[in-house]
Amino acid sequence: MQKLLFANSFYVCTFAPNLTKGIFNKKIMAFNPLKHFFLLVLFSAYSLTVSAINNKEANEGERFDPKEMIMHHVKDAYGMHILTLNEGKENEKHITIPLPVILWTDNGLTIFSSSEFHHDYDGKVVVEKNGKKFVNFHEKIYQLNDGATALKFDEEHHPLNAEKPLDFSVTRNVFMMWVSVIVLLLIFITAARKYKNNDSKIPKGIAGFVEPLVLFVRDEIAKPMIGEHKYKRFMPYLLTIFFFIWINNIFGLIPILNGANLSGNIAFTMTMALFTFVITTFSGNKNYWKHIFWMPGVPVPMKIFLMPIEIVGMFVKPVSLMIRLFANITAGHIIVLALMSLIFIFETVWVSPVSVLFSLFITVIEIVVTAIQAYIFTILSALYFGMATEEEHH
Amino acid sequence: MDLVTPGLGLVFWSVITFLVLLFILRKFAWNPILGAVSEREEGIKNALASAENARKEMENLQADNERILKEARAEREAMLKEARDMKNKMIADAREEAQVQANNMIAQAQAAIESEKKSAMAELKKQVANLSVEIAEKVVRAELSNKDKQMTLVESMLGDAKLN
Repeated sequence: MQKLLFANSFYVCTFAPNLTKGIFNKKIMAFNPLKHFFLLVLFSAYSLTVSAINNKEANEGERFDPKEMIMHHVKDAYGMHILTLNEGKENEKHITIPLPVILWTDNGLTIFSSSEFHHDYDGKVVVEKNGKKFVNFHEKIYQLNDGATALKFDEEHHPLNAEKPLDFSVTRNVFMMWVSVIVLLLIFITAARKYKNNDSKIPKGIAGFVEPLVLFVRDEIAKPMIGEHKYKRFMPYLLTIFFFIWINNIFGLIPILNGANLSGNIAFTMTMALFTFVITTFSGNKNYWKHIFWMPGVPVPMKIFLMPIEIVGMFVKPVSLMIRLFANITAGHIIVLALMSLIFIFETVWVSPVSVLFSLFITVIEIVVTAIQAYIFTILSALYFGMATEEEHH
Repeated sequence: MDLVTPGLGLVFWSVITFLVLLFILRKFAWNPILGAVSEREEGIKNALASAENARKEMENLQADNERILKEARAEREAMLKEARDMKNKMIADAREEAQVQANNMIAQAQAAIESEKKSAMAELKKQVANLSVEIAEKVVRAELSNKDKQMTLVESMLGDAKLN
């Protein structure tokens, strides 16, 4: 049923590898992109059609729930599910990368593999560890109350006899975050090495790809927003956040990774926004605080009126950063998945060309959005740093 | 609602991962890359400045050359003028000297002519006297057969001679 990601995976097998390879190998970029897209559309349409027919045959009678499917994809999960073989048959087989579940319970730290739930996220499989019973209900781990043996629900299908323990699990988002860190380290440390044994300091190899981007962040973001004299202090943060968000936006678009949607997760965007907020607050100079608490150049009643607005503004800025990135990335994913769901909602293969074409269109836009959102997050962070460090001028 | 509720675990791992990434990248990537880039930019700036300097120096040199050439030309001109002047002066001097010399020579010649004339005159007088004496002798010899006449004649003649 919900395994149209099977088709989704095909779609990506053709498309996403080229995307990432293009970064490393300029030769591949020389390929005719139109030809590529055409092939991709054909292949996607075909695989979707086959998948849709199979689905219909296999799951006769079972209703397709697009909301559940979409939410399952957009939200975090305990295992990296790659694909399902022989779906709905006797020998159904899930290919999954198991990830560790790390919980802090009354009995202390509890660690076990996510594979112990056997791909169940309806709260049916009970795992007993460290004297406690755990279930995975909609990709949230619940700890059953003492004495309970199975999860019970109220009328609105909320768990009744369980509570959530402190959860530090390495979920698929955390896992993909680490993958992205490794990729970033490989790219940038390799690039930095190219300069070391090179007296002329001419960028060679991957440094030639990295340097324009680094210079872009420096010359188009940091310098104009913060100023010629103070930008250096913020460069490492701005560069790191730009590339970290960008690469995770791109990884979120690769459906073979089962849409590990890190930058579309509010916890991640909140953390990034929090860093910007903390740095802004701690680098704020006298002038910055004066503009917040006692606005210069306006009459006293106006100063009193502006103070609460400015204080709220101080917190609204990072909140807007958090929501903007989260909403943009999540919205893109939801649109693509919703377009795919149309096939299963209408239960006809004839919708598939429309779905594929539109979701292809949205995906192409999303590729642009990955860079734009990383850029916006970075430039706004730089703008806030610039405001915090601005000197008084008359 | 679950979608917009930040999960504690992901926040925790994000903070740790981001801080680690930030510190590693700062030390091993951003600082070397930005350092190399700014070093290169500095190098380019310096190279451009030194090229500009060289150009200016070249210009100065060219101006110097021009000046020197001009000076040399002026000097040559002056020298030529001086030489011309000297030549003219020398010619004039020589002419003057020649004039003086010629005048002297003429004067000397005139003096010589005068003295020659004088001596010629004296010679002539002497010849005339001798002739006169001879003639007189002959005349006297013929005329003066006696002593008295002779004496008278001598005396008169001597008186005549004195008158001369």
